[in-house]
Amino acid sequence: MRRNWPQAGHFYEAEKLKRMSILINKDTKVLVQGVTGREGEFHTRAMLDYGTNVVAGVTPGKGGQFIEQNDDTVPVFNTVKEAVAMTGADTSVIFVPPPFGADAIFEAVDAGIQGIVCITEGIPIQDMMKCYRFLQERSGWMVGPNCPGLITPGECKIGIMPGDIFSPGNIGIVSRSGTLTYEIVDELTRAGMGQSTCVGIGGDPIIGSSFVDVLGWFEEDPATHAVVMSGEIGGNDEEKAAEFIKTMKTPVVGFIAGKTAPPGKRMGHAGAIVSGSAGTAQAKIEALNAAGVTVADLPNQVPELVRKALQK
Amino acid sequence: MKIHEYQAKEIFAKYGVPIPPGRVATTPDEVAQIAGEIGKPVVVKAQVHVGGRGKAGGIKLGKTPEEARAAAEQIIGMDIKGLKVEQVLVEAAADIKEEYYIGITTDRAARRNIVMVSAAGGIDIEEVAASTPEKIARLHLDPALGLQDFQIRQLAYDAKLPAAATKGIGPFLKALYKVYVDYDCSLAEINPLVLTGEGTLIAADAKINIDDNALFRHKDLAQYQEAQEEDPIEAEAHKRGLTYVRLEGDIGIIGNGAGLVMTTLDVVQREGGRPANFLDIGGGAKAEVVRTAIDTVLLDKNVKGIFFNIFGGITRGDEVAKGMLDAMSTMDIKVPIVVRLTGTRAAEGLKLLEGSALTPAATMQEGAQKIVGLVNNAGQAA
Repeated sequence: MRRNWPQAGHFYEAEKLKRMSILINKDTKVLVQGVTGREGEFHTRAMLDYGTNVVAGVTPGKGGQFIEQNDDTVPVFNTVKEAVAMTGADTSVIFVPPPFGADAIFEAVDAGIQGIVCITEGIPIQDMMKCYRFLQERSGWMVGPNCPGLITPGECKIGIMPGDIFSPGNIGIVSRSGTLTYEIVDELTRAGMGQSTCVGIGGDPIIGSSFVDVLGWFEEDPATHAVVMSGEIGGNDEEKAAEFIKTMKTPVVGFIAGKTAPPGKRMGHAGAIVSGSAGTAQAKIEALNAAGVTVADLPNQVPELVRKALQK
Repeated sequence: MKIHEYQAKEIFAKYGVPIPPGRVATTPDEVAQIAGEIGKPVVVKAQVHVGGRGKAGGIKLGKTPEEARAAAEQIIGMDIKGLKVEQVLVEAAADIKEEYYIGITTDRAARRNIVMVSAAGGIDIEEVAASTPEKIARLHLDPALGLQDFQIRQLAYDAKLPAAATKGIGPFLKALYKVYVDYDCSLAEINPLVLTGEGTLIAADAKINIDDNALFRHKDLAQYQEAQEEDPIEAEAHKRGLTYVRLEGDIGIIGNGAGLVMTTLDVVQREGGRPANFLDIGGGAKAEVVRTAIDTVLLDKNVKGIFFNIFGGITRGDEVAKGMLDAMSTMDIKVPIVVRLTGTRAAEGLKLLEGSALTPAATMQEGAQKIVGLVNNAGQAA
């Protein structure tokens, strides 16, 4: 069932009434692991351009270097422990190659980092199970792996999404994919519907935050008035979400990708596979409908369905 | 990655699991010879990467070497669910008194491994799981704790195994878990785990699937790696490093991001078209990848048109456009191509494409309608 953690989060209680987002905001102090790698450096600069408060980077052996962008200077440390001690970083985004992914997560959690956003694709499943276990013990949260990250528009972007398609507002978004999320966000933004926070939970079989986790955080966020949940074939996370939605006050609109996916074929994401009759788009749509969720047939129908859901 | 039964048994044997004596063979002569060496009734088992071999006629008993040869003649070369049988495992037939099931897999929802034990093993285990799930004892494993003796006892009692099996199953479950962890399995199972007339336990069948993400640390498994794709175009695409799945239609689909490509397939189908494939060029693709993607999609001679759907994030529209133009100028492309390009540097990309033979589309739905129209009209004209 749902974890109970964000209530214990460092900013949650104090700012419960005024914040307009979940998990991250303008005060989030971001650390980048793998900051000097090609992807890490590129996206660190893009995050700084967006206005994210990136306070430190870590690459073993590159301590003492700096990443300079605009008026910002981000110091690079050899260890997460040192980076946290020197800068007070509370949330880490991980860009290291897959063989080192689990180690990076362990290091961050051990150093007291509360939130992990793991972009890396291709981390072994057994590694992720151990990471998840460790995170649970330390009451931390993780988004990903194999995800685009998350963004609270206008305040903080942690990940690789193009910031300019988002706009601040009160629609929460939770999705298993990257570009499909951009498609939906683009439709919402064009329709004048801004977003509170947009969370890409990732396309792997074992992920840090499930739909149920994120829906729970949105439900408790007074500034999120409706949620768009974008799922896809494989597993039963959407079905579990449907059960949870029955208990929610915040309205939810759905979208499910992979209606035409054949059984037994992995559709790009490691977790996107119909096994026998389990994990089909149809089963997910039916479960969501049964929970009172309208499921859009096309991404461009989402804004209209959200509008209707808000009027109810 | 899937590996064959005989390969899985090689691994289990290394971990001390008793398996029937036997070897793999590719011709009926070899099968007869191995059966002769074993000197007892044998089973001849098709080695293909698909379930339900027995029900498809891919497993036969041979009481004598001649019978084994006859069985092999039937099985080698046969087609099981689209896969041709190239090799068979010949091994001593177990003296089956009872059949049990033991297996470990990943429970996605629980984010833990789950171990399962049942006294109702054999070829109908899936039916047992569906209709009488209470006959399968289950236990989630804490990754920090592993599989402990008390848990093994609990599973054996919960599964209501007879006393002889309850005592003997410990080493099997321990070996199963060790193999599962050591080889980064997503599934490891022994079904059936046979209780023989003499009261001993033996692994009559074994199955191991390995997490593709973990192959980097299992170099020793490279010997087991073979073209797993049933489809030659899928095999070629994977060789080229592309995420490609072949489908049965005539409209090639190329996009960036798994969710977006899946949705593109859905929308094309909704507009009355039939997708020929799923192809995800991934994030940040360069022009060369785009060119290779077009080339790969066109390997499928059913393809009568291509729909590109790109939402630029880290993928740049101008880079995609360059790849398309490169493909147009260096390849002999006879089918229409519809391009929907938006996001990062899409305007620059669209400018590059001006004056080319490509058909632009503003949205995914418009693009789907256009490609379906172009392909269907071409069909009518021909």
